[in-house]
Amino acid sequence: MLSSLRTGVQGLWRASSRALQTTSTLQHDSLFVHRDTPEDNPNIPFEFTPENTKRMEALLAIYPEGHKRAAMIPLLDLAQRQSGGWLPISAMHKVAEVLNLPRMRVYEVATFYTMFIRRPIGKYHLQVCTTTPCWLRGSDEVLNAIKEATGCEVGGNSPCGKFSLSEVECLGACVNAPMVQVNDDYYEDLTVEDTKEIIQKLKNDEKPVPGPRNGRFASEPLGGLTSLTEEPTGPGFGVQDALKS
Amino acid sequence: MLRQPLTRALALGAPRVTPLATRRFADQVPAQPDKVELFIDDKPVYVAPGTTVLQAAAQVGVEIPRFCYHERLAVAGNCRMCLVEVERSPKPVAACAMPVMKGMRVKTNSDLTRKAREGVMEFLLVNHPLDCPICDQGGECDLQDQSMAFGSDKSRFTDIHFSGKRAVEDKDVGPLIKTIMTRCIHCTRCIRFASEVAGVDDFGTTGRGSDMQVGTYVEKMFLSELSGNIIDLCPVGALTSKPYSFAARPWETRRIESVDVLDPLGSNIVVTTRTNEVLRILPRTNEEINEEWLSDKSRFACDGLKRQRLVTPMLKDSRGNLTPVEWEDAMVAAARALRDCPSDKLVVVAGALADAEALVALKDLANRLGAERACTEHYFPLDGAGTDLRSSYLLNTKIANVEQADMVLLIGTNVRFEAPLLNARIRKAFIQRDTDVAFIGPKVDLTYDYMHVGDSASIVKDLASGSSSHPVLKRLEQAKRPVVILGADQLQGAEGAALLAHTQELALRLQDKLADPEWKVLNVLQRTASQVAALDIGYQPGVGKALEAGPKVVYLLGADGGVITRENLPKDAVVIYQGHHGDAGAEIADIVLPGAAYTEKRATYVNAEGRAQQTLPAVTPPGKAREDWKIIRALSEVVGEPLPYDNLDEVRARLAEVSPALVTYGDVQPNNYFAQARALAQSLKQPVSGKLDVQLKTLEDFFMTDPISRASPTMAKCVQAVIKQKSSPY
Repeated sequence: MLSSLRTGVQGLWRASSRALQTTSTLQHDSLFVHRDTPEDNPNIPFEFTPENTKRMEALLAIYPEGHKRAAMIPLLDLAQRQSGGWLPISAMHKVAEVLNLPRMRVYEVATFYTMFIRRPIGKYHLQVCTTTPCWLRGSDEVLNAIKEATGCEVGGNSPCGKFSLSEVECLGACVNAPMVQVNDDYYEDLTVEDTKEIIQKLKNDEKPVPGPRNGRFASEPLGGLTSLTEEPTGPGFGVQDALKS
Repeated sequence: MLRQPLTRALALGAPRVTPLATRRFADQVPAQPDKVELFIDDKPVYVAPGTTVLQAAAQVGVEIPRFCYHERLAVAGNCRMCLVEVERSPKPVAACAMPVMKGMRVKTNSDLTRKAREGVMEFLLVNHPLDCPICDQGGECDLQDQSMAFGSDKSRFTDIHFSGKRAVEDKDVGPLIKTIMTRCIHCTRCIRFASEVAGVDDFGTTGRGSDMQVGTYVEKMFLSELSGNIIDLCPVGALTSKPYSFAARPWETRRIESVDVLDPLGSNIVVTTRTNEVLRILPRTNEEINEEWLSDKSRFACDGLKRQRLVTPMLKDSRGNLTPVEWEDAMVAAARALRDCPSDKLVVVAGALADAEALVALKDLANRLGAERACTEHYFPLDGAGTDLRSSYLLNTKIANVEQADMVLLIGTNVRFEAPLLNARIRKAFIQRDTDVAFIGPKVDLTYDYMHVGDSASIVKDLASGSSSHPVLKRLEQAKRPVVILGADQLQGAEGAALLAHTQELALRLQDKLADPEWKVLNVLQRTASQVAALDIGYQPGVGKALEAGPKVVYLLGADGGVITRENLPKDAVVIYQGHHGDAGAEIADIVLPGAAYTEKRATYVNAEGRAQQTLPAVTPPGKAREDWKIIRALSEVVGEPLPYDNLDEVRARLAEVSPALVTYGDVQPNNYFAQARALAQSLKQPVSGKLDVQLKTLEDFFMTDPISRASPTMAKCVQAVIKQKSSPY
């Protein structure tokens, strides 16, 4: 009786210590196969709007005959902008049809580039840079502030459906770290307060002013120049006398 | 991956390095640039400029390991297994993509090369599961072999404790191919095959970096008439054969080299057997016919050889049911029927899968009994030269030469499904040589763009007389190496003779103007593997006339095409069926004599080009079934008209008597009586008005066309899959 109890307890202990999976699986945020969903399936029609059709024709005109497939990325981008920041499968099919290509060739491109988003996302796509310079300057706090303010998880949408949050690698604004990209705009030199303010404005559908938040115009030093402060010297400076004419 | 416009542009600048030089053409040989000398492991080799290091190494017998490189596909250069050291090059170079340069010194066995290969192998194995014991590729796996030969003897892989190996979900690509995508090493051979050879652009890579996967992205099956070839191409076990899964290991099987008979091309195959059972069929390289591909029907219909078989002689009893009997009873019954039959009331009909030996034996027997009506199921016009001149019913250009053509005119033949590998050749010419294709017939998908000239037979007449205003006529007349392929199905009707005459006229008018006197333009594509041999032996094409006479005894030699039915026979006619499957023929038979299928006998088949080839017995015929010519020989004894041959050599001597071309195995006799055929056809050039239609229009028509494939469950699943795919939005 006692021994069976003991083996039972041991069995329990063993089960908890030897879980099947001890580490997270190596996985990307997005799937690289398509799954039909009510929001994204090939039966939902997609057509370019009249304005975008004009843009499409202008884009196609850039590329010579026989190389029209080079217009694939601009066209996919156009389609993504038209469908609210993400790329439904029917939009990919439309692009394949326009370019007269097998659909697979379009899927390949759309899945390769991370800026083509193949799941429905919110109106505001918040992309937080968490690469080393931003991270050193407090991107984790910014990220947490966004999570708190919007209720998003990384790689997910907010409950209200207005926001989507992604963690991204360097967006090339290290000198203004930390930064967040909202759709096409950069918000730089952020603090937690700035972040909260930006989110609040976005919630009210106001557009916060893009750019650095700490008073800088661009990437110049914050407290004025620390070097190269004197007047530039004229030509012939430091040249030995013998060479002066 | 094939970027078609780009490839076409490149193909213009750089001709193929190693053309399949079946023959050279007068206007084709450009001034050869000087050969480049280079050294592979200090062995000098002279090659044409533009050759890759890997090909140059192959010339001196140095094999460089590779995964992604394949001679018949575009160069991808992504597996890096072929890295070699080149002297004065700072780092190893990929031999498959590196063009040779003068004085290059390549070291394929140096320390650097070996280290590079070992490194590549180590990276490949990081994400490759070690499931060889349960993998179907085991024993014939390139990765397995090359990791033994070139890999490291120990593993530094410790990642398994942290992040694990990459796992990729399996794809459903149809009933023929099983996918275990975790095993994929991203060589992209399947993608390139689908895009270049099969012309079904459904495969691709999705994602990037370590998340990249090969697949279809959406749920779509890979349905093509050539899909099975990606199983052979896959260097690992990611794509394996579904019907053959977990069936056998390569070292426990016997391989018998044979010939396929399910389409008229006679592709060369290897039949893999174990314990008297055909397990699978693989292609065997023959540059003249199938290169190294095989159509899905030829490859996967082999499970039909185990089903619906006739294993015992049968006689119809008083209630009209076929009942099993002994050979003796069946023979006596058949002999009595033959002997009692007036000689003009005996009709012999040869079917699609009949071999030349059985054909000649049966015709000899019929002739000895005084009967003249030995016919085939498929009609061919007998007016004019008819079947007297071999050039009238053969694929004279030859399969391999089709890829040298610069203009192909297809008349009423969906060559994609009637002869898939001929279509692959045309597609190859279309892609690599900018060949134009024109098509007369219904709109079908040939996997490449073609000029659709219309579907009326009168177009052929207008083209032949030169009165057509269609641009295709001009294009044909300008072509240096035109090819005209006429589908034999179009010759069935009343206008068949006229259509053939017009096609001959067109082809020969074009041929007369060519600079190259060796080039043949006229081609007739037969539908079955037996037709050419039957016509060579002297069978009359078509059963129409024979049936008009009201036959009393009909001897069907594997005639399952459905042209003989009980309705078109007199009520008291006795039907003797000799064949291997219980299909249309056996259903109407009074006497059934079980024969052997093509994997069970040594037999001669003549393909559409007129090339005699022989099958070899891989397994023994099931039950009481026997080789076909032996049955006929035995029957002749019982009838009382014994045939003068007792063994295969003597039958073949008889074949050689009839036509020496029937026993020159592997060779094609050149045909030269075009002018005579044209002269004889002058009076036949009647106006034609019919529409040309093809029997096999879409993929589901392709899979089940003969008794073997109709009995095959795999082929039935393919048809189901194609129908299911049709309702899919992708």
